[in-house]
Amino acid sequence: MDGILLQILNGLDKGSAYALIALGLTLIFGTLGVVNFAHGALFMVGAFCAVTLQKFLNFSKITIDPDKVDFLGNPAKVKTPYVVEWFGEAAGNGIINWSVPLAILFAIPVMLIIGYVMERGLIKHFYKRPHADQILVTFGLAIVIQELVKANFGANPIPTPAPDQFVGSFNVGALIGMDASYPYWRLVYFFFSITVIGAVFAFLRYTTFGMVVRAGMADRETVGLLGINIDRRFTIMFGAAAAVAGLAGVMYGPINSPNYHMGMDFLVLSFVVVVVGGMGSLPGAVLAGFMLGILESFASYSPIKNFFADYLFLPSIDQIIIYLVAIIVLLVRPRGLMGKAGVMEE
Amino acid sequence: MKSLNSSDKRTLLFVIVISLLAPFLLNPFPTGSGMAQFNAGYPDLMQRFAYFGILAIGFNILFGLTGYLSFGHAAFLGVGSYATVWMFKLLSYNIVPGIILAVIMAGLFSLLIGFISLRRSGIYFSILTLAFAQMSFALAYSVLTPLTNGETGLQVYNDDPQILMGENAITSPHLFGLKMQDTFTLDLGPWAFQFNVGYYVCALFLILAFYLSVRIFRSPFGLMLRAIKTNQTRLNYTGINSRPYTLAAFVISGMYAGLAGGLMASMDPLAGAERMQWTASGEIVLMTILGGAGTLIGPVLGAGFIKYFENIFSKINETVLHGWFAWMPDGLEDAVVWVLHLFTGKGWHLTLGLLFMLIVIFLPGGLMEGADRITDWWKRKRGKDVSDTSKTPAE
Amino acid sequence: MSNFTRRGLLKSGAVLGAGMAMPTILTAASHAGYTNAPTGSSVTLGFNVPQSGPYAGEGADELRAYQLAVEHLNGGGDGGMMNTFSSKELKGNGILGKKVEFVTGDTQTKSDAARASAKSMIEKDGAVMITGGSSSGVAIAVQGLCQEAGVIFMAGLTHSNDTTGKDKKANGFRHFFNGYMSAAALAPVLEARYGKDRTAYHLTADYTWGWTQQESIQAATEAKGWQTAANVLTPLATQDFSSYVAPVLNSGADVLVLNHYGGNMINSLTSAVQFGLRDKMVNGKQFEIVVPLYSRLMASGAGENVKGIFGSTNWHWSLTDEGSKAFVKSFGEKYGFPPSQAAHTVYCQTMLYADAAERAGTFNPCGIAEALEGFKFSGLGNGDVEYRAEDHQCFKDVLVVKGKENPTSEFDLLEVVEITPRAQVEYAVDHPMFAGGDLGKCNPGA
Repeated sequence: MDGILLQILNGLDKGSAYALIALGLTLIFGTLGVVNFAHGALFMVGAFCAVTLQKFLNFSKITIDPDKVDFLGNPAKVKTPYVVEWFGEAAGNGIINWSVPLAILFAIPVMLIIGYVMERGLIKHFYKRPHADQILVTFGLAIVIQELVKANFGANPIPTPAPDQFVGSFNVGALIGMDASYPYWRLVYFFFSITVIGAVFAFLRYTTFGMVVRAGMADRETVGLLGINIDRRFTIMFGAAAAVAGLAGVMYGPINSPNYHMGMDFLVLSFVVVVVGGMGSLPGAVLAGFMLGILESFASYSPIKNFFADYLFLPSIDQIIIYLVAIIVLLVRPRGLMGKAGVMEE
Repeated sequence: MKSLNSSDKRTLLFVIVISLLAPFLLNPFPTGSGMAQFNAGYPDLMQRFAYFGILAIGFNILFGLTGYLSFGHAAFLGVGSYATVWMFKLLSYNIVPGIILAVIMAGLFSLLIGFISLRRSGIYFSILTLAFAQMSFALAYSVLTPLTNGETGLQVYNDDPQILMGENAITSPHLFGLKMQDTFTLDLGPWAFQFNVGYYVCALFLILAFYLSVRIFRSPFGLMLRAIKTNQTRLNYTGINSRPYTLAAFVISGMYAGLAGGLMASMDPLAGAERMQWTASGEIVLMTILGGAGTLIGPVLGAGFIKYFENIFSKINETVLHGWFAWMPDGLEDAVVWVLHLFTGKGWHLTLGLLFMLIVIFLPGGLMEGADRITDWWKRKRGKDVSDTSKTPAE
Repeated sequence: MSNFTRRGLLKSGAVLGAGMAMPTILTAASHAGYTNAPTGSSVTLGFNVPQSGPYAGEGADELRAYQLAVEHLNGGGDGGMMNTFSSKELKGNGILGKKVEFVTGDTQTKSDAARASAKSMIEKDGAVMITGGSSSGVAIAVQGLCQEAGVIFMAGLTHSNDTTGKDKKANGFRHFFNGYMSAAALAPVLEARYGKDRTAYHLTADYTWGWTQQESIQAATEAKGWQTAANVLTPLATQDFSSYVAPVLNSGADVLVLNHYGGNMINSLTSAVQFGLRDKMVNGKQFEIVVPLYSRLMASGAGENVKGIFGSTNWHWSLTDEGSKAFVKSFGEKYGFPPSQAAHTVYCQTMLYADAAERAGTFNPCGIAEALEGFKFSGLGNGDVEYRAEDHQCFKDVLVVKGKENPTSEFDLLEVVEITPRAQVEYAVDHPMFAGGDLGKCNPGA
């Protein structure tokens, strides 16, 4: 039982990342009708916002310590971060320690701006173009972003640890009479993404702005005829989608060290998630994200993995589970879980 | 060639001439000169141009005509390669059985995947093909290792059966004794032109594949495929079942991919699983769109374009750049090299990404549109009438 | 378009005609009896390393070491390990009096791309030796290619038993150690630290290297009395290892062995530490994690999580023998940071190739292979080393390392726990884990 509980938690956790990325993709697709292959890159840029902030905070005053030597035998340089110098040992190190959560504040404006520039500078010229062209141009953009990050930060993963307070694990199982420790940060990630997803839905549901956007998603022309500047709102939604991807990336850093190609690794998966959820359906994207996350976790769980290998002649079910589920879902439900008719079907 | 119009004949002739003269055309700079870095006239890259050209032509029959965007075509390439290497392992190094089996296996595999995936259309179709290809890749890399040799790639070992091999048989891929790796070098002044057997085998297949694709484009079958692209619903209302047509197009294009895979393995007898990964499938899509989907020759150009950058730009390292700009004053030289090194050598992906964007922004019809614009401009300059419509892409 | 084409055709035809009419030398690739025999005053080496993809960081470090080696061979810099190398043939005047030049390429960590890149070096640039690589699949693929083309392949970072086992080739040579050696070096140290009565849980990357690594370490630890609870294969593409790590605690195992490399290793180790495995007591013993193959570059990606975790490595910059010190000094002064083990192994490979060419007096692959086979040397940072003639594997001391608890700098991540002597990691040529291969005959090409 403990194992099952852990896998459910793992699934929710993986699902959180899938759902957040898929949500952004669907927002962009639903509002602008654009297939954004650069969305994975936005997720990666988010993670590198945390790396950048960490670097800023570690910006150091360098002093030479004649008593110590570096690896070449020269007098060692001792680095004291300026924040430590300014705010004192405790407060300074405290700030550095909290660089990942702090990066949220940094990432939101950065991602909004990136999203805005991207939409106004590039994407808006592609509304009327075929989806294939959209794929090509956004894929090109993704490569460019990725290469710029690589040129700047190198190809090796860079650790962005969680604050010390969140390192280690916590016995979640004890709450319901079981024994199952789960890392603090992963729980934080799950609740964080639930909050973000909730905020997006609430925004679309309960604000006038969101209502107009939803109306525009349903029938762009009519809304435009009503004298509402739907384009401007859609631009803002693009920025918001970029910010959602960015936030997913920032908080993901402590789970896996960010590297320049992490966006591409998530790109294909998140497209599968979106399509399984049904093109254009926000709840579908979230539902599919969590569903695939949980299924993937269970497929990786040794008893289940072994069961498939021994009795169903399907070794390595974990290698293919997502794709297998995608095929089955699409064959049973032609438009994914909650897709609308006529969206990207030709 | 009765049904081909004169424009098609010209295009075909163009492809034949370019293919046959490629060793000259791709080697414009004298060996040893600074510009020789940009020469692409060496056997491996020319072979790549040819078989990736075949792959793109085949993909275009599906995507360019029916509009169905397959995101899993690399799987057929992989199946073709594995089939060919297995023929090398079991029979002998003669490429004929390998290529035949490659086409057949890819055809069967695409029939299976196409039969299932074509139940859906649009992006749902794309994701189904992607899912099948990714499953093939994942399994080929791990569980199917006895069949594919996994990470290492399937290759021929000295203790393989090779039942048709005699005592002193050739130990590299050959066509009835003509070894693929044999190259004759023509030294012409400072130039060295390389004529490679393998390349010409690929080039003949390319010409054949191209001819076949022209015939398909101009046939009633091709017309039907285009009708599917234009409006499948309306077609269905007229009582025509479009599935057999799309499935046929899918299988044909899968067989093209199998042929490309077979040739790939014949030129270089090792089949790695990565050639089935989604990035490889994505590359095929990019080649076709970049060159101009739906045009006859565009996909071949797109394939050449991407392979050229992959193989030429990735080799321009800082030392090469310093060599080029050595005549500049030191500070300026360093500055220029620093800027350029972001785009070449390890930064070649950046150049490729930028070019993808520029081409799709400024030339919505891909490279073919660029070619058309140049031709138009040329004709206008010569004071000729530009109203000729035959050159417009076969949309 | 028609006129344009016709004109183009006529022109090309004219050129072709003129070409045929002129006196020409029609040659097959053979001049001196081997592929790409250098004719001018220089010799070209091909450095084929990953410059994109997951191992691009290591590829970049390999390139730095190659450039340093070329500089030293041509008489520049301080000479580095050329001065400490036991063979004194290299004089700093290139190789056999020819200036060393090099070309570089991007393997992308894909067999196909790596072979394309190597082929272009051989066919276009006239490279007489190919070296590099940062994964076994690529190394084996390129090694096979070099065998067919008739050039020497000096493998870079490749750790799979197969490179000099099932897939060994007469034209290929490996300086780096392998899975068997890692296991043979680690097992005694693990026994000494963690005791005989341990149960291991293996997470293994699901491809050839992972399997050979796992097979080796399982055999070596079981020989010391350990039990193996389970071996779970993880897909290469796995990003998040939580689902594989979570069941470990309840499996009854008290050691987790991560047969992962690169991004996989960083992510699986991070997950394992996050799940608090190392804080747990199982079977009355402290739970431990082992990473059989360590790389400092990868350790830096895992950050704090490597602290106290055992593994093995081919070389580390903190070694204090003369060779290592000389290499760290010239590398560090040129680039500002210490070299990685990948940098070390490729520098050694370049030097060994150059030295073999000097001793053989030729660039002919068969001559070089003969000079390298059974070659004994020292002074390149790994003690006394021998290139075994039967499988072209280098035998040398192996370092057992541990993640450092209190690093003094950003490079100071690993500490050497033990230098396992060569005798302890040697194995017979026909050892079952290496069986099935055939070295074949050296191929000098056309």
